[in-house]
Amino acid sequence: MAAMPFELERPWHLDRQVAIRPEPFGALAYHFGTRRLSFLKSRKLLDVVQALDEQPTALAACRSAGVTDQELPVYHRALATLASSGMVVEQADHA
Amino acid sequence: MPDTAAATRLVAHFEAGLDAPICLTWELTYACNLACIHCLSSSGRRDPRELTTAECFGVIDELQAMQVFYVNIGGGEPTVRRDFWEILDYATAHDVGVKFSTNGSRITEQAADRVAANDYLDVQISLDGASAAVNDAIRGPGSFDTAIRALERLAEAGAPSFKISVVITRENMDQLDDFEALADHFGAQLRLTRLRPSGRGADVWDRLHPTQSQQRRLYDWLVERGDKVLTGDSFFHLAAYGEPLAGLNMCGAGRVVCLIDPVGDVYACPFAIHDAFRAGNIRTPGGFQSIWRESELFTDLRQPQTGGACASCSQFDSCRGGCMAAKFFTGLPLTGPDPECVLGNGESLLSLLPERDVPRPAADHSRRRPVSSCDESPLAGFEVIR
Repeated sequence: MAAMPFELERPWHLDRQVAIRPEPFGALAYHFGTRRLSFLKSRKLLDVVQALDEQPTALAACRSAGVTDQELPVYHRALATLASSGMVVEQADHA
Repeated sequence: MPDTAAATRLVAHFEAGLDAPICLTWELTYACNLACIHCLSSSGRRDPRELTTAECFGVIDELQAMQVFYVNIGGGEPTVRRDFWEILDYATAHDVGVKFSTNGSRITEQAADRVAANDYLDVQISLDGASAAVNDAIRGPGSFDTAIRALERLAEAGAPSFKISVVITRENMDQLDDFEALADHFGAQLRLTRLRPSGRGADVWDRLHPTQSQQRRLYDWLVERGDKVLTGDSFFHLAAYGEPLAGLNMCGAGRVVCLIDPVGDVYACPFAIHDAFRAGNIRTPGGFQSIWRESELFTDLRQPQTGGACASCSQFDSCRGGCMAAKFFTGLPLTGPDPECVLGNGESLLSLLPERDVPRPAADHSRRRPVSSCDESPLAGFEVIR
């Protein structure tokens, strides 16, 4: 599992080389750089990932997608996994 | 690793079919400058009905609209098409990544540079022996040297990711470590796939498919490597030995994969070029998308499978009855065991069918004679009478 710490309070976005395809179970995400295919296992996770670009932090993206306090640890883990495979990257201009 | 329950649910979704394939195989031509004895598409001669450049662009437009992330382009030898690079450039400019398979004969320095420069382009070089002797017996004289030269050029060009693609046979099973060393030497990734009795493969399957003990060794070797060695989910029937191999471990035919052949026919998978597995032709109204989403065949393949004779087997949940194409082209019932069932059920069933009446592929584009004798030596076949 992802060992990298994922800081929810920082701005994140989907890597530019990632294409997302919504599916009934969630979504497929394909990274054209690493050629890795990932499965987003819920629609809500898709909403979170798609909200990353417009929200100032990953936490805000979770909130805007309707993630509850109880659910937050699950989504935190999912985002960390996506970050460890380079699907989701930290905003570069945020030092 | 994803937790097992979630992975199971995911596979259930895949078995019921997706709105678009995860990836698909697209064979651009039946023409080939080689005549490999196990060719799964019985390639050799070009078919006069092959898709035009404009029709190929149309296919790509559809795939882009359906968000198919990438296509596996093959043939025949796809690079012999005059518009090959044009089609590739069109695909990658339209968000459809390309992985293409080639025997390497047209991987010039210029072609290698092109592959290296395009992030959306991958290539795999087919090699069926880690030595010229083993490879050339299957792929033809000189084909080993050709493939090695292509690999050298790709490595020199600095291509970030390219593969060596091997069909595992009885003859090359002892070379697994050599293949790995070869891949490491070139900085390539190794990909092993299963020999299917499809196309001309049907003619050699009996003598070339791995023995039971070789299958076991292959399984152990693959488990040791994890996802370091790719298999395209090819050996999921071996999951019955124990833990599943890396991958989805399911038959994706018509559910998450399919084949578009050079004349636009859509088949459930690349190993099933037969009327029984043809879902339609992309030239008909509605094109590829309506075939994928609505064809009777694909709808049928997405229904829950009962397992037939295998349903009561303790290993059914692991191997799911194995490969549909392998059963079909060895004359076994689709509801029965895979011919290479690790419990030997396929083998014993095959032995009960003394005169096997096996289905032949829908299309045979093999050259009428084996490769012209001139390909070997200009004087081959000429008898000198003294």
